Amino acid sequence: MSTIVAIIYLVSSICFILGLKMLTRVQTARRGNWLSSLAMFLAVVATLLEMGVVDYKLIIAGIVLGSLIGLIMAVKVEMTSMPEMVAIFNGLGGGASALVALSVYYGEGTNTVDGAVTLYLSILIGCITFTGSLIAFGKLKGMISGNPIIFPGNQIVNLILAIAVFALVGMSIWGGGPPETVNMYAIILVGISLLLGILLVIPIGGADMPVVISLLNSYSGVAAAMAGFVLSNNVLIISGALVGASGLILTQIMCKAMNRSLANVLFGGFGAEAPAAAGGGKNADDYPTVKSCSPEEAAMIFESARDVIIVPGYGLAVAQAQHITKELADNLTKNGANVRYAIHPVAGRMPGHMNVLLAESNVPHEQLCDLDQINDDFQNADIALVLGANDVVNPAANLDKDSPIWGMPVLKCWEAKSCFVVKRSLSPGFAAIPNDLFNYQNNLMLFGDAKKILTELNHELKDLLS
Amino acid sequence: MSPLLIGIYVFALAVFVGFEIITKIPPTLHTPLMSGANAVSGITIVGALISSQHGSMEVASILGFSALVFATVNVVGGFLVTDRMLKMFKSKKGK
Repeated sequence: MSTIVAIIYLVSSICFILGLKMLTRVQTARRGNWLSSLAMFLAVVATLLEMGVVDYKLIIAGIVLGSLIGLIMAVKVEMTSMPEMVAIFNGLGGGASALVALSVYYGEGTNTVDGAVTLYLSILIGCITFTGSLIAFGKLKGMISGNPIIFPGNQIVNLILAIAVFALVGMSIWGGGPPETVNMYAIILVGISLLLGILLVIPIGGADMPVVISLLNSYSGVAAAMAGFVLSNNVLIISGALVGASGLILTQIMCKAMNRSLANVLFGGFGAEAPAAAGGGKNADDYPTVKSCSPEEAAMIFESARDVIIVPGYGLAVAQAQHITKELADNLTKNGANVRYAIHPVAGRMPGHMNVLLAESNVPHEQLCDLDQINDDFQNADIALVLGANDVVNPAANLDKDSPIWGMPVLKCWEAKSCFVVKRSLSPGFAAIPNDLFNYQNNLMLFGDAKKILTELNHELKDLLS
Repeated sequence: MSPLLIGIYVFALAVFVGFEIITKIPPTLHTPLMSGANAVSGITIVGALISSQHGSMEVASILGFSALVFATVNVVGGFLVTDRMLKMFKSKKGK
């Protein structure tokens, strides 16, 4: 590697680190993203310099084709579909790393143990990321059942496959044999890795997808780093490691927000057994003292409210009610009320998803508060308005030691003077347990579709204010 | 020191840097961080560029070309969609 190329790679690595750091603050995030893309550009330029004069036809064709597809996807995607988009991109990144390793394998091959180990690891992680992400995409899109799909002996099969991977790697490194045999090992390894990716993600429930996407994000980084080991290229190792670390942090945050360990998410099959254990939760006996009201009555209470906290859940996005929520909030603000949004870490389908959805509706980000920031303010709030959220406002997590969700961080809506829950019915959320909040004296249900209810509520409120 | 060992050094240190700079990320930015980081993982495009040039080796070139397309989609799409999201995060003052 020439010195100038090495220096450009170094500058690129530094830009990646700075860009990622700038992504952690709203004020600098956009510039950070640009800095990262500049870093990427530098890395590509350096690589082309290093390669010297080659046949550029294929390279240009590949880049143009890839850029077009990427551009169309990025422009067209709906913000509600961001999790699917990230899942697909994770898969492509992982797949690309595996392909690079395979290409090296068929191109130069490798004759050292070090080289072989990193090559196989790169193929393994890349392929797992690829099919795992495709399954996650299918689950998010609803093409594959969101329920955990578990067959008997699932984990034994995984274990056998994992052992087979080790055996294959061992055989191809130390077993020797004619090149055809060793090539066959590599092809079998690709097959097993692809299968492992499917089997590892398919038993995980739809509600756990935020964790899975974060983890696959981390894998896609590790896969890139492994490709860096194969090519002895530091810029790949560094940026891959950064992404690996960032994905891992998000995974941890998501697990904490759901009060589960990573092992439990990956192997627990939550949601498969829970409904039976909790007795279904749909029982009418669970809700002896539930009260409901009309949007008209609710509007009168909203009119006198000074401090309103809105608790959005994914149901809000499903009902496409973000914009009407923002309108209602604006009218409340005009009436002199302080309006904030309390956002639970798992409110959307991926980390931070709800914030993006609300930002799209022009909600200023200062009004978006996370759980720790706002949870102590509910006791002073006049109204907590729960929109399409359920398990994340269940008091049982704080008060009932026997509840399956005991210990999970929840938003303390019940401490507000009045709490309104907009919901179609009393059916349970993902955790499949009854929500005691609906029985509380200060809680009123607004039954119906979120968009319709909010439109009526907003209309009534405007009438009162004019 | 073998190249593998140097690589492991670099990898371990970079993981720590990653942890240090991202630990305090506010939840508001989790999604853009993820899609931005996702675009960064498309750095494997560098590997794809190198491996698309295996000349006579047809299988290797095809694999390299596919890798190049995958990685470019990842990079271009990832950065653009992240920018699209970040553009939406406006301040009250900004209006």
